[in-house]
Amino acid sequence: MGDLGQTIEFTGLTKSFGGFTAVNDLSFSVRPGRVTGFLGPNGAGKTTSLRALLGLVNPTSGTATFDGIRYRDLASPLTTVGAALEAASFHPGRTARHHLEIYARAAKLPITRARESLALVGLDGFADKRVGGYSLGMRQRLGLAYALLGDPGVLVLDEPVNGLDPEGIKWIRELLRSLAAEGRTVLISSHLLSEVQQSVDDIVIISKGEIVHQGTLADLDTGDQLRVHVDSPDRAALGAALEASGFQIEMSRSGFIVHDVEPGAVGHAAFVAGVELSALQRKTSGLEDRFLSIVGGGAS
Amino acid sequence: MSTLIAATRAEFAKVFTTRIWWILLIILGGYVALLSGGLGLLFGATSQGMLGASEGVEGMPTTGLATMIYSTATSIGYVFPLLLGALATTGEFRHQTLTPSFLATPKRGIVLSAKAIALFLIGAGFGVVAIACSVGAGSAALAGFDIDTALDSSDTWALIGRSVLAMAIWSILGVGLGSVIPNQVATIVVVLAFTQFVEPILRSVGALADWIGTVTQWLPGAASDALVGASFYGAMGASGAQLDWWAGGLVLLGIALVVTVLGWLATWSRDVT
Ligand SMILES: Nc1ncnc2c1ncn2[C@@H]1O[C@H](COP(=O)(O)OP(=O)(O)OP(=O)(O)O)[C@@H](O)[C@H]1O
Ligand SMILES: [Mg+2]
Repeated sequence: MGDLGQTIEFTGLTKSFGGFTAVNDLSFSVRPGRVTGFLGPNGAGKTTSLRALLGLVNPTSGTATFDGIRYRDLASPLTTVGAALEAASFHPGRTARHHLEIYARAAKLPITRARESLALVGLDGFADKRVGGYSLGMRQRLGLAYALLGDPGVLVLDEPVNGLDPEGIKWIRELLRSLAAEGRTVLISSHLLSEVQQSVDDIVIISKGEIVHQGTLADLDTGDQLRVHVDSPDRAALGAALEASGFQIEMSRSGFIVHDVEPGAVGHAAFVAGVELSALQRKTSGLEDRFLSIVGGGAS
Repeated sequence: MSTLIAATRAEFAKVFTTRIWWILLIILGGYVALLSGGLGLLFGATSQGMLGASEGVEGMPTTGLATMIYSTATSIGYVFPLLLGALATTGEFRHQTLTPSFLATPKRGIVLSAKAIALFLIGAGFGVVAIACSVGAGSAALAGFDIDTALDSSDTWALIGRSVLAMAIWSILGVGLGSVIPNQVATIVVVLAFTQFVEPILRSVGALADWIGTVTQWLPGAASDALVGASFYGAMGASGAQLDWWAGGLVLLGIALVVTVLGWLATWSRDVT
């Protein structure tokens, strides 16, 4: 199944709207068999990049391809790539089944695929209801059903988690993992790392239209700094003991933060100085903080 | 080619899976039946002096009356296929369904062509219903006054065929117009303002002087009436010069295609964001 998905390749993709450059010289690739998170704050250019990838937006320069082929040149687009973009794109007066059948016809897929993909996203009970009455989460699922219509090897999903309840988030996480495990290429965007952290293998972070970080999720984790929170009923004595040990310390509201050291070393220093401790704890800044610092602080 | 056929089938499904097509069709049928039936009764009664008119009216000629009444299907009803075509395109912009459409058929020219073909055929269907209503109600009314219904004349049947063609072309013009003006409300306002006020006024002015008439005969409504070959406006003496039927058809088709190409340039080929 390893050859099911195709490799997505962005090469120097640039898109300007008038004088404003929304996406600038974007180059990265997305591999099959993995879930890749495409992250960045609001207005970073995620949707614009994905729309350019799908031939909906004409790039100012550069290309975006699937195994070297532009979306518009794919022989059978819906069976190659399934996409769901953030904006709800439905006629409210149409039923979900009719909505999907229209595009099944256009893509020369069996009409029965409409019902099948509605079942895949758990909407089979609502297939013949008008979409106008759907909740946000149901619309999100219908968008996903459209993406799955052609049983494609590549999935491109813009903010797929938006509007889903915790159960829905867990469900989509498992779905994306299983699709990738089958050898498909899965690219999902989000403005929150925590939202997709449990489903992605690789991440690409963009900010103001430019790539600021690219690698595996694990890479991002190792950038985390070692910090220890420590406190004592006798803060003055603790402060003196820490300084005497030559640690780099910082006052905080609830004691001290000690940098670049294991908690054991801090405990030992206090023990040697005979200072009683009321708190001793390793602080993780967390991936999200790391993400925010990358996004806010430019290239890393 | 098979992509075009698939896309055309999708365009048919788009029209028939929402309600607007049968709402417009029912209004079209009812309106045209009422109007042609009413005109049939009015002229029938007048020709027999029943309406207490002056002496001179009594002998009103009734030749050509039947086809004029039948032609209300197009000369009055054309706004319905025009609206249907316009809504078919503006709806895609309004509900952002261009995104799934262009994902399924990335060659956008094929989507626009498929829409034009599907709406041409559906517009022809509207034409069949409209002319059936006008001929049905109109001929029944005329027959009631023993006026010739002209249904045994091959000219009448040729007019009926040309009416269906005219309605089909009006649908394409709607598709083009909706692409030029993707805002649904704006398009509806433009369609109603142009068809109900602007063009009728211009054509009335055209009847005043020959040189104006040679210009206004190129208007889409005038070209459509020329194609059909009989017209309510013509009978009212409200239009001057008229093109040959085939020239009228070509002019109407030309306008529809030019507007559609403008729509391609203005919106259809642009970024979908
Ligand atoms: N059609 C357009 N015309 C002008 N500017 C645009 C257009 N589309 C997007 N932009 C601008 O491009 C930038 C990137 O927008 P984009 O929608 O790609 O961001 P995003 O990363 O998807 O953000 P979000 O998380 O809010 O969805 C924004 O500043 C936006 O205002
Ligand atoms: Mg976005």
